[in-house]
Amino acid sequence: MASKGNLGSVLQTHRQQILSNWQQQLAVVSASAKGRLSSKDLAKQAADFLEVLLNTARSHDTGDITTAGWQEVRAFLGDLSRSRVLAGFSSDETATFIFSLKRPVFEALRAEFGSDADKFAAESWAATELIDKLGLHTIKAFQTSREEVINRQQLELLELSTPVVKLWDGILALPMIGTLDSARTQIVMESLLQKIVETESQIAIIDITGVPTVDTLVAQHLFKTVTALRLMGADCIISGVRPQIAQTIVHLGVDLQGVTTKANLADALALALKRTGVSFTKH
Amino acid sequence: MERIPILRMGEFLLVTIQVDMHDQLALQLQDDLTRAIEKKGAKGVLIDISALEMVDSFIGRMIADISGMARILDARTVLVGMQPAVAITLVELGLSLPGVATALNVERGMILLRAALRDGNDHDYSVQR
Repeated sequence: MASKGNLGSVLQTHRQQILSNWQQQLAVVSASAKGRLSSKDLAKQAADFLEVLLNTARSHDTGDITTAGWQEVRAFLGDLSRSRVLAGFSSDETATFIFSLKRPVFEALRAEFGSDADKFAAESWAATELIDKLGLHTIKAFQTSREEVINRQQLELLELSTPVVKLWDGILALPMIGTLDSARTQIVMESLLQKIVETESQIAIIDITGVPTVDTLVAQHLFKTVTALRLMGADCIISGVRPQIAQTIVHLGVDLQGVTTKANLADALALALKRTGVSFTKH
Repeated sequence: MERIPILRMGEFLLVTIQVDMHDQLALQLQDDLTRAIEKKGAKGVLIDISALEMVDSFIGRMIADISGMARILDARTVLVGMQPAVAITLVELGLSLPGVATALNVERGMILLRAALRDGNDHDYSVQR
């Protein structure tokens, strides 16, 4: 039923009319997008898309947009969604771009088949089905792009949040920022241990000033790191324990057996220097 | 049968594990090492595992055992050069090897052993007096 070319030829015939109606429609619904996308760019995108769509619709089945013939249309929508994600559009704003095409197309269909109710109904159905599918594809592409952005940011965050810094010859510091979960602790632990081997440091200071809360799980993760450090032959000092955290640790009944803790990084550094046999005199 | 060599360095013994440990080899080492401590009157044992890339719970326990046995024979054990991956594995296995001294490399291990020995001798001396 979704005949090849029928819709395409209607689009071709009423092309100018559809385009100007669609652009008007877009100008109304995209009013909120002002500043992120100029109306000129939007009008150009609409014109380009209509061009691609009618070229495809004229020669390919409109009932199934997953075929190879629709590749060009899908790629166009994919690029469009990606650029919308980067410009900070929401998913409904992006989908509206396609759905606002419905009205102009229906008007064109009515002008063409207005006298033939059966034909009009059939063509309307084919058109609405096509536009819905295109809309859904747009949303899907939008979400995929969004997820890519989120994944990339997560990776960046992970890299940013685990710097191991050398404070002194033989003393490393690891300022932890953010909540500790298993995956992060694993990465933090690995990078710290690796650095210990590379620099042959004897003392590592883990600073938890930036860790918002310490629960039993976080404490357990810290323990594992401390134990692994000890197994490798390095000492570990935990610094930056805030009063609330000290209270929580005691209330939770966590036993910080044999772990040296200090209230701030300065005290920890002083202790570490003392252990490595470095002393300072004030002049 | 292959064996892990036990080298003598003054009053210490140096064991360098350079092959992947299997259970039989580990037991053999345990046997050889305790004999060597007894025979040579060693005061300290350095076990260098910097070339060891894989451990299981058996090897982990064996290392702890060796340390305990050496202690009874009046020798201190220092485990040196553990790789990060090995340390993480042991922690995940729940083997934190309490009571086993560790050091980053052989040099540091030697310093640690000497210091322990010196402290121990001082202590003995003061008791005798």
